[in-house]
Amino acid sequence: MQSADSLGLFGVVTALAGGAIRGSIPYMYVSLGECLTEKSGRINLGMEGILLMGAMTAFAVSDRSGSPWLGMLAAALVSGLLGLLHGGLTELPGVNDIAAGIAMIIFGSGLAFFFGKQFVAPMAPQLPVLDLGGGIANTAMHAALRISPLFFLGIAAAFLLHYAFERTRWGLHLRAVGDAPEAARSMGIPVGRHRVIATTIGGALAGIGGSHLTLYFPGIWSEGISGGQGLMAVALVIFARWSPRRCLAASLLFGGVQALGPSLQSAGITGFYHVFNASPYLLTLVVMILSCSRSRALAGIPGALARRG
Amino acid sequence: MTGQTSSDSRLEAVAMPLTAVIAAVTLFGLFCAWVGASPLGVFASIYKAGFGSWYSWQNSLLRAAPLMLCALATALPARAGIITVGNEGAFVVGGLAAAAAGLATASGPVWLCLLTMMLAGGIAGGAWIAFAAGLQQYRGVNAVISSLLLNYIGIALLLQFVEGPMHDPGSLNFPATYPIPETHQLGRIPGSRIHYGLVFGVIACLLTWFLLERTVWGMKVKTVGGNARAAKLVGLPLGQIVLTASFLGGACAGLAGMVEVAAIHGRASQAISAGYGYVGILVAFLARQSPLRILVVSVILGAVLASGGILQRDHELPDATITVFEGIAFLAILASEALAGRFSFLRVRLRAAEREVANAER
Repeated sequence: MQSADSLGLFGVVTALAGGAIRGSIPYMYVSLGECLTEKSGRINLGMEGILLMGAMTAFAVSDRSGSPWLGMLAAALVSGLLGLLHGGLTELPGVNDIAAGIAMIIFGSGLAFFFGKQFVAPMAPQLPVLDLGGGIANTAMHAALRISPLFFLGIAAAFLLHYAFERTRWGLHLRAVGDAPEAARSMGIPVGRHRVIATTIGGALAGIGGSHLTLYFPGIWSEGISGGQGLMAVALVIFARWSPRRCLAASLLFGGVQALGPSLQSAGITGFYHVFNASPYLLTLVVMILSCSRSRALAGIPGALARRG
Repeated sequence: MTGQTSSDSRLEAVAMPLTAVIAAVTLFGLFCAWVGASPLGVFASIYKAGFGSWYSWQNSLLRAAPLMLCALATALPARAGIITVGNEGAFVVGGLAAAAAGLATASGPVWLCLLTMMLAGGIAGGAWIAFAAGLQQYRGVNAVISSLLLNYIGIALLLQFVEGPMHDPGSLNFPATYPIPETHQLGRIPGSRIHYGLVFGVIACLLTWFLLERTVWGMKVKTVGGNARAAKLVGLPLGQIVLTASFLGGACAGLAGMVEVAAIHGRASQAISAGYGYVGILVAFLARQSPLRILVVSVILGAVLASGGILQRDHELPDATITVFEGIAFLAILASEALAGRFSFLRVRLRAAEREVANAER
């Protein structure tokens, strides 16, 4: 009896851990993309629309071409173009990046819903899964260890970004652009070009995150598939204080909280289904309230963002 | 010198949106052509569906009513310097609160029932937006992000209530609250299918214009929105002004939710979250946060929304076509901001043309 109980608890914990890894992937890519964008002194609130467009593109291309990797690349390309649109638009004088982000949410989701209409039913060829628990008999544990390669690619991307920010000339220039645009300009660093490039790469990263939504189990495309994850990932960057490595940890946390609702439901607790499903939004809100402050600048915030007040 | 600037800004007030509309229509036309639909046919259909007959006018105005109210939920806080986009959440919690208030007072007189519904909806929606604005004002939490999160939370609250405490067991396939008696629902303007929500919308826009342009309070709001630091220096109570403006804006969206419950569905359910809040954001930005322009833009976008069905039937375009158009229009109006101060060449040419005309007449 006791062993059955502990096994049940163990089952819930492994399901949560597996869910955290699975669920963290979209957060990871979007937050890394947003982190890169914000390091250049721009905010792209349109990630939700870009994520949706990436998810739809990955599904459509994988379905038509039969190659999920091609789908992922196409998602990165299309989402990168949307990032370029945001970056280019906000380069124009007088265009507010926050408002442009709201517009990108509407534009990106509109495009995704428009072209995704024809792909609602079937399942596209899926990205392969790394089966790390091949020899383990416990099915829950085995399921948790079937991990998408995108998870490890995301970790690599975070460390790569960290290295780029800290150790490369380009990263140094980018941070200069984000911290003190006037000083950077006077040093001859092309501020606008750095921002547009950062926003474009940021969009492409979000697109890869989108491809995970549709090319990993259960692998279908639906209009509600992102459910605000693009938005929460933007909020997560503040929580992670603009550090790519902390973005990883925060993504795992958010992925785990997202798995909470379904895990509890499968354990038979269904009373507050909708409230539990809203827990990622509540968590994001609470995290933002706790990590923001009116009186002092946030630790790690790019200077150009801090001075906007 | 001042005269010149004001004629410049008046010229811009017309030329900038006009350029944006032309650009949006052209880009959307290209999009239609690209996906294989005839652009002119699509525009003709939108016009027919929106303004072709008295019947279609009524369709447009029915949709314009919630858009006017929802747009004010973005426009009023924006005038005080805070961008909030929690319109859908305020709309939904407004509808939910109104349904609860209506059910509680359904045994009383009609006027009392409707009045409590309006108050409940308005207060719920107002508190919703004021909360997001307050978080930015006092904690520095980006109000766009927090209010978008509140949209998801509001919809989850609605679902939880209509499936839980307020659930009508009779609504099996589609969870909803108990219905408000038909006698206590919001009526229609005589001789039309249009409910009194349109009157609420028009009054709210006119009243907001009056408050902003003709009262001391409006002057304070615009001062805070224009330059918060200067407003603080002259001793204006920043937080109070921002919160009041946001509360009033949110109350409008909550009122729109009340209308949706009291005039259309007769009960609260997931169906009341039909996306008017999100389109209201677009209306506010297209109208450049001006209450009078919101009146006009709401009717135009009401017509565009009304054309969804026809686009599907006559052009085999999915209903997301409307969302694509909205996105293009939004991007175009933002891009047109870059034209600010660049129309002086037009003025010079106009002057030259006037001089030529004058010379010719002489």
